[in-house]
Amino acid sequence: MVSELHASLTSIGTGYDLSNSVFSPDGRNFQVEYAVKAVENGGTAVGIRCKDGVVLAVEKIITSKLLKPGANKRIATVDRHVGIVSAGLVPDGRHFVSRARDEASSWRGVYKGPIPTLALANRLGGYVQAYTLYSSVRPFGVTAIVGGWDTEAELAVDGQVGSGPESGSGGKVPGAKAGGPGLYMIEPSGLYWGYYGAATGKGRQAAKAELEKLDLTSGNLSLADGVKEAARIIYVAHEDSKDKEFELEMTWISSVDGPTKGRHEEVPKELLEEAEKAARRALEGDDEEEEDKGQGEQMEE
Amino acid sequence: MNHFPEAWGRPRNDVYGAYDHSYLQTLGPKAHTSSPAVTGTSVVGVKFNGGVALATDNLASYGSLARFSDVKRLRSFGDKAMVGFGGDVSDMQYLDRLLESMDIKENYSTHGNMLNAKNLHTYLAKVFYKRRSEFNPLWNHVLVAGFDGEGEPFLSSADLLGTTFSAPHLATGFGAHLAVPILRRKFPEDTPLEEVSQEDAVAALKECLKVLFYRDARSLDKYSIAVITKDGIDLKEDEQIQGQSWAFAERIKGYGAQTV
Repeated sequence: MVSELHASLTSIGTGYDLSNSVFSPDGRNFQVEYAVKAVENGGTAVGIRCKDGVVLAVEKIITSKLLKPGANKRIATVDRHVGIVSAGLVPDGRHFVSRARDEASSWRGVYKGPIPTLALANRLGGYVQAYTLYSSVRPFGVTAIVGGWDTEAELAVDGQVGSGPESGSGGKVPGAKAGGPGLYMIEPSGLYWGYYGAATGKGRQAAKAELEKLDLTSGNLSLADGVKEAARIIYVAHEDSKDKEFELEMTWISSVDGPTKGRHEEVPKELLEEAEKAARRALEGDDEEEEDKGQGEQMEE
Repeated sequence: MNHFPEAWGRPRNDVYGAYDHSYLQTLGPKAHTSSPAVTGTSVVGVKFNGGVALATDNLASYGSLARFSDVKRLRSFGDKAMVGFGGDVSDMQYLDRLLESMDIKENYSTHGNMLNAKNLHTYLAKVFYKRRSEFNPLWNHVLVAGFDGEGEPFLSSADLLGTTFSAPHLATGFGAHLAVPILRRKFPEDTPLEEVSQEDAVAALKECLKVLFYRDARSLDKYSIAVITKDGIDLKEDEQIQGQSWAFAERIKGYGAQTV
């Protein structure tokens, strides 16, 4: 009796985890949960939605010294204004990005303009969810963070040749504000939410704890500070797997009048190095503090 | 009166004659575009020491009607190449979107968009040739300006048949007749590129546009001009032809209500 109960809790031996799309009697879909496990082993990825842009960062564990430093990028561009970073199975992430690019391109084909970040996240969510429905496929082994900047400037339609009549009915709402930063995280189930700060992968718990300290909901964090925080958070999240070397990859998307002009780009080398230096310094500072505490009084816990 | 519904709203046969069914017939071979609809006229381009200058007027004509007067016929590709479009405006829009999607895809690679003007020209010429071979041409004549693989100024043309032609100065449409002779006089054959300054090139283009506005009935005095150098593209899209003199017009006879 006890062993049976144990088996049903771990799902092993019940048979409900053998095929995709099958529910267990207690309403779980084990193949999707196993996909989440694959994500939990991937390098930490974070995204921060700042007031004037979005930062994406990923901890790239160096699996071999024979890999070229700085090559094998893990953050991809979609259209011009969206970046995607994922944790989990790298090939699944690549396919996910490929689908995102197809969606962005087909959106342009219909609407003659860039896809809004929300619409892209929605379509990708639908795509990922479809992979939980059929026994012939397996769910995506990635959780992806999608960050973008929807332009706040008045945008010409692709191929537009003129500006139309200066007077007459135009249908424009004067003073209407459009665009801004967007950050979404899509899980193997197809679930996606919008976030102020998102983290996934091995060090997500530590990263989330750090993100929560930033008070992102007030919308005061600038993109420049966001870059520094993202680097620091990846370094903090790496503390638990210190034995492995890693590389920090970081990209950003600013507003139209910001440093990237609304495009998704790599954070410039100098800025990245500066942020990494600051991150290392912050970690060393923490260590010293802890040591001081340890000497003076008993540490808590 | 004819009470059959198929005749309602139709011109009366006894007054206007029977309808000519040879128009819009569905029999016979399939025909694609056999003439452009809304068109832009000349594009003019000149290479100079360190870059290329390109100009078009801002008009799109519907036959002889000056239909749109704020049309941007100079299109940028990446940050160091431009295409000037003459001919059908909707085909220009198609090509502009095609190039936009190509630029986006090129930027997906780690190195960014590495296609230069020469690559772009080769590509466009092949698109034109493919489409004319399908008897479904893109009705344009374009000038592509920028730099080649060696970083030298590049200027070349491609037309709806896929024909390509290069020269230190080029013009399409009416400009091929009216602007090229002016440019050949200003910059004679074998003039080294080093001796052509940016100012000379821009001044020559402006003069060509003025002459074209005088003599080409499908042209406009509002124009766009782009100067492409190593520093990037300087594009002005709302320029006005300066220093016009229509004194010669009085001596032109044989038009309109004139009887002499």
